[in-house]
This record gives sequence, structure tokens and C-alpha cells, in this order.
Amino acid sequence: MTNVSTLDVDGVAAPPRANGELVFAEQWESRAFSLCMTLHESGAFEWDEFRVELIAAITSWEADASPGDTYSYYRCWLTALERVVVTKQLLASGAVDDRVEVLAARPAGYDHGHDHGHDHDHDHGHDHGDHH
Amino acid sequence: MSNELTVNDHIPIELRTEALEDLLVERGLVDRTVMDNFIKTYAQDVGPLNGAKVVAKAWTDPEFKERLLANGTTTVAELGFKGPQGEHIVVVENSDDLHNVIVCTLCSCYPWPLLGLPPSWYKDPVYRSRVVKEPRAVLAEMGLDLPDSQQVKVWDSSSEVRFFVLPQRPAGTEGMSEEDLVPLITRESMIGVALVAAP
Repeated sequence: MTNVSTLDVDGVAAPPRANGELVFAEQWESRAFSLCMTLHESGAFEWDEFRVELIAAITSWEADASPGDTYSYYRCWLTALERVVVTKQLLASGAVDDRVEVLAARPAGYDHGHDHGHDHDHDHGHDHGDHH
Repeated sequence: MSNELTVNDHIPIELRTEALEDLLVERGLVDRTVMDNFIKTYAQDVGPLNGAKVVAKAWTDPEFKERLLANGTTTVAELGFKGPQGEHIVVVENSDDLHNVIVCTLCSCYPWPLLGLPPSWYKDPVYRSRVVKEPRAVLAEMGLDLPDSQQVKVWDSSSEVRFFVLPQRPAGTEGMSEEDLVPLITRESMIGVALVAAP
């Protein structure tokens, strides 16, 4: 909705007139938010280092957006966080991509807890059939 | 790998977030208990009620208001409101002659300790770009028609300064206590896109 000329007063992005909006629309947004806060609090990076990347991600989205594209603030947030994590050498470039492939290869309906380890190598077969 | 990291739109964002979290947890860089506490804090505990308490106190305690306008950060800390994004709070006061409204044109800077996390429309590219160029029109679309006699000032928040609007106390509330005033004060009035209405 970034290219419309007026604020969306009645639709899904309508400015709320009261105080009762959900802080996070989806669960992953809350994870992305708290990951960043936790890393920052631990001293992994300065807030401005993150903010610069956040501004860059937002600016880039706005420059590339086509009419009708839906803006996702937390998508930009996640992009910025990944960049900081790689810049600070907390994770290797490409590590997230590799892990995404592993996660995507889980059987459908896989009930993932957060206690599973991922120590195995990436030598198993990937089924890319569901990827675009 | 290139440094031109972008989030691939074809990968579900949930999966990407999960991958990042798993990797950071496995390396001992983040603790999920700490993460969960941050979520709880900002989803439940820190919100516009803090700001409303500041405004109600400013309306009923002239000395507090004077301190608040002179030094926002230390004065709101008197009430226990401090934390991330609250290091440099500057309070701007509305009057019959002047209406203030806040924005962060570049990202989403916002006085978290007083208002919690910003609403989605505050982060939206449309609000961020338009409120600077045509504040009266944007405010009118959001339901706030201001008289021509009232000057409109837009304050662009940054990493240096987080602005906070002290709205005008509505007529008809003269006899009300600080506690009774608090529920009247909306988040929107402290951003400057609405007025506080009398009960």
C-alpha cells in the first residue's frame, strides 16, 4: 500500500483510533523482534549499527516496491538483523540460507520443538520440489 | 557468498526467522528465556498507559510539567519509565497556537518506554513520507481537523531524539483527578494525530 496516495483509513492498515492494537501481527514478528533485542542487550552490536541496516532495508524496499506490494516492516527488520549478524561475524554468510533448506526439507506436519539439535552435516538429499 | 544479502521472498519468512533463531541459540548467542521476556514485556507490560500517566501528571502538577519539558528523559524516569529507545526523550507541548505531531521518516524511532512499540500505521511508508509534506491533510484523513490559526509542527525522531507530544487538557476536566484523567489519554493523542476528548 505504499504507493497509494492516501492513508488507508478503513482497511486493514487503518490507523487505529484507540489503544488496543496487537503489538505483533504474527508470531515470527515477535521472534525477529526479540532476537534483535536479546542480541543487542548482550552487547553483540550497537543499536545504531542495527538502525543503519534497518533504514537501508526499508529504503531499498521502498525503492523497489511495485504498486500493490504489501509493506512488511518486520521483513525489513529481519533483513537488517541478518546483515548485522553477518557483519559482526556471529554467523557466516549463507548459514541462514543453508539452515532454511534443512528446515524446509522437514516432512509435512513435522512438529518442531525447540530442543532439536542440528549437528548433522548437510549431506542429505534436498527435495526442492516445493520451491519456486 | 555476496554481501548483497536480501530476504528471498519465495522462502516463507517464518522459516527464515526460525533458521536464524536456531543458529543463534545453538551457538549460545541468545537465550530463549531472555527472548520470551522481551516479547512479554513489549506485548503486555510496556504500552501507552505509561505515557498517559506522564501526561496526566503533567496536567495536574505544574512543577513536574516544567521538569518534563526541560528534560524529558530524567523526568519520566522519576515515574520508573526508562529503557531501550528512551535515552533521549524530548517532550513537545501542544497549545491553542501550536499542534505537534511526531514521525520517524527513516525507520520507526519512537519513545518505547512511554508508548510501547509503534502501531503499524506509524511505520508505514505512506505516513512517514506524507505527514512531513502535508501534515494537515494527513491529520484530516485521520480524523483531526485543525484550525488554520494553529501552527502544525512535525518532529522527525531519530537515533538522537525521541519526541513525545504533551496533548492539551480538554475543557471540562478541571475538577478531575490525575487517576481519572489517565483513561482519557490515547496513544494517538501522544503521537499528535488526535486530541484528547473530554469524557
